[in-house]
Amino acid sequence: MKRYLSTILYGILSVVVIAAARVGLINTYEQIVIMFIGINIILCSSLNLINGYMGEFSCGHAGFMAVGAYISSILNIWFFTSSPVFGGPLFTPGSAIFLFPVTLIAGGAGAALAGLLVAIPSVRTRGDYLAIITLAVTFIIKSSIENIQVIGGARGFMGMGKVVDSMTSVINLPWVMIWIFVFTALCIWILNHFVNSTYGKGIIAVRDDEIAAEIMSVNTNRMKLVAFTLSSGLAGIAGGLFAHVLGYINPGSFTIMKSTEIMVMVYLGGMGSLSGSVLSAVSFTLLMEVLRPLQVYKWVLIPLLLIILMLYRPEGIMGNRELTDVFPKLRRFFPSREL
Amino acid sequence: MALLELININHYFGGLQAVSNFNLNIEEGVLSGLIGPNGAGKTTIFNLVSGFYKPTEGEIRFNGKSIKGLKPHEVTSLGISRTFQNIRLWNSMTVLENLCISQHYRLGYGFIDSILYTGKYFEREKNVIKSAREFLEILEMKEFENEYPKNLSYGLQRRLEIGRALTIRPKFLLLDEPAAGMTSGDIEQLIQLVKWIRGEFKLTIWLIEHQMKVVMALCEKIDVLDFGEIIAAGTPSEIRKNPRVIKAYLGEEVTVHA
Repeated sequence: MKRYLSTILYGILSVVVIAAARVGLINTYEQIVIMFIGINIILCSSLNLINGYMGEFSCGHAGFMAVGAYISSILNIWFFTSSPVFGGPLFTPGSAIFLFPVTLIAGGAGAALAGLLVAIPSVRTRGDYLAIITLAVTFIIKSSIENIQVIGGARGFMGMGKVVDSMTSVINLPWVMIWIFVFTALCIWILNHFVNSTYGKGIIAVRDDEIAAEIMSVNTNRMKLVAFTLSSGLAGIAGGLFAHVLGYINPGSFTIMKSTEIMVMVYLGGMGSLSGSVLSAVSFTLLMEVLRPLQVYKWVLIPLLLIILMLYRPEGIMGNRELTDVFPKLRRFFPSREL
Repeated sequence: MALLELININHYFGGLQAVSNFNLNIEEGVLSGLIGPNGAGKTTIFNLVSGFYKPTEGEIRFNGKSIKGLKPHEVTSLGISRTFQNIRLWNSMTVLENLCISQHYRLGYGFIDSILYTGKYFEREKNVIKSAREFLEILEMKEFENEYPKNLSYGLQRRLEIGRALTIRPKFLLLDEPAAGMTSGDIEQLIQLVKWIRGEFKLTIWLIEHQMKVVMALCEKIDVLDFGEIIAAGTPSEIRKNPRVIKAYLGEEVTVHA
């Protein structure tokens, strides 16, 4: 029973928030902030797998996010709405309620495939070189989308609002928010299991000493491919959710600025710490909203905070530790299975 | 049949010939040593055997099968394990985790199992941890299970590294300067440990060492390498008297009286 306590608490939190959104206790703006927190948790923790746990430097997360966002949006528009490009709906619009997670995962799978294609030639490179490769990939993805006129090119792609509407017309619930809660939990669950298994710890061995890892029978190239694919797949799912929160996407949303934002969250929270990623995604998203009245000046204040953080606590809020390491009493809520 | 056969190995780094026409057989069960002055090519030969370099020319056979061109982790999973000249432990993970990850090639479960926590995952993971604890016991390091390697003394780190190499369950163990930087007390312990693991695990051991005390105490057969070539081979007492070895180590002897 105790083992599921954290899951149950999360479930209760989700139900309360969703119910509050349904009856109008929290307004649309607050709902969007909550949804962005979820998306940022997915983005931040999945990038932490590469930049934190594996010790590589990828700055192409926004690119993979774009792949996922476009694939799931296109599938949803094609399947459930009548649009000038794809014609009438392939399925009844109401079936979106069941098929939405499927298209979302399809977007994630597309992004994972893109990640794998990038990773295969670049596993041999490390550090700066990988950073440049992933940076280039972001540009390739962005310019490709800009030049495909069928999906709107640089003008962007819209109509996801209709898909969301067709879901709420069947059962009136904030569906996108529900799926954000589900996939955020799924993402943390997957990453937590992965980095705590001896198999997944292979990537930490790669970070600590790649030569020792290779000689101690860790297939380092395969571990890098697995980590990269998993990370970009999760970014793709986050992208799909992002598209459906806004109802409109354009290539300009997925630039190096977006990747930087995610990286800031990773370094703020602490590399190689999942609870750090969650904490920093929550606090960073809230901070951005709190500082909104400052307008442009917030981009003076936030980088300043970062500089101070790097000077006084370069390992981030949590460093390489988890919350349960800092507060051992919390182990009651997150007990690991005794082996 | 020899366990390891190195046949006509030539290896070049660019224009530099690091190993030239190297031939060597290591018989099963023998504890042999490879010595030579700095830069003689000893570590290069270890790197060739463990798969870091692919020899420019020549053939490497282990148990009669060619291992030339295999990746290091593939060579390791065949049963060739090694330690490093400078300690290479994974410092952000505990001693126990260090001994678990080195069993990666025989985990027996993959990515999906690790995420879904399948029955197979728990069964295999239990075995991995059990066997890591057994090795901790063997190393007499039980109390350091949750310690980080960087907090251990130098001697213990060496010991842990040898232990980690053993978790591979190798047939053949390469030790690259196991006594480097050790105090004389640590060296005594190391000699005992190597002797003991050799008997316990029925290992064939090949070691590089500069400390003659260790080499003479442990090795049954010694090969002396200089400028990438073997200049002498034999038992420790033969090597000690060999004029070419003395010359390579100490330089030309000046004849005082004719």
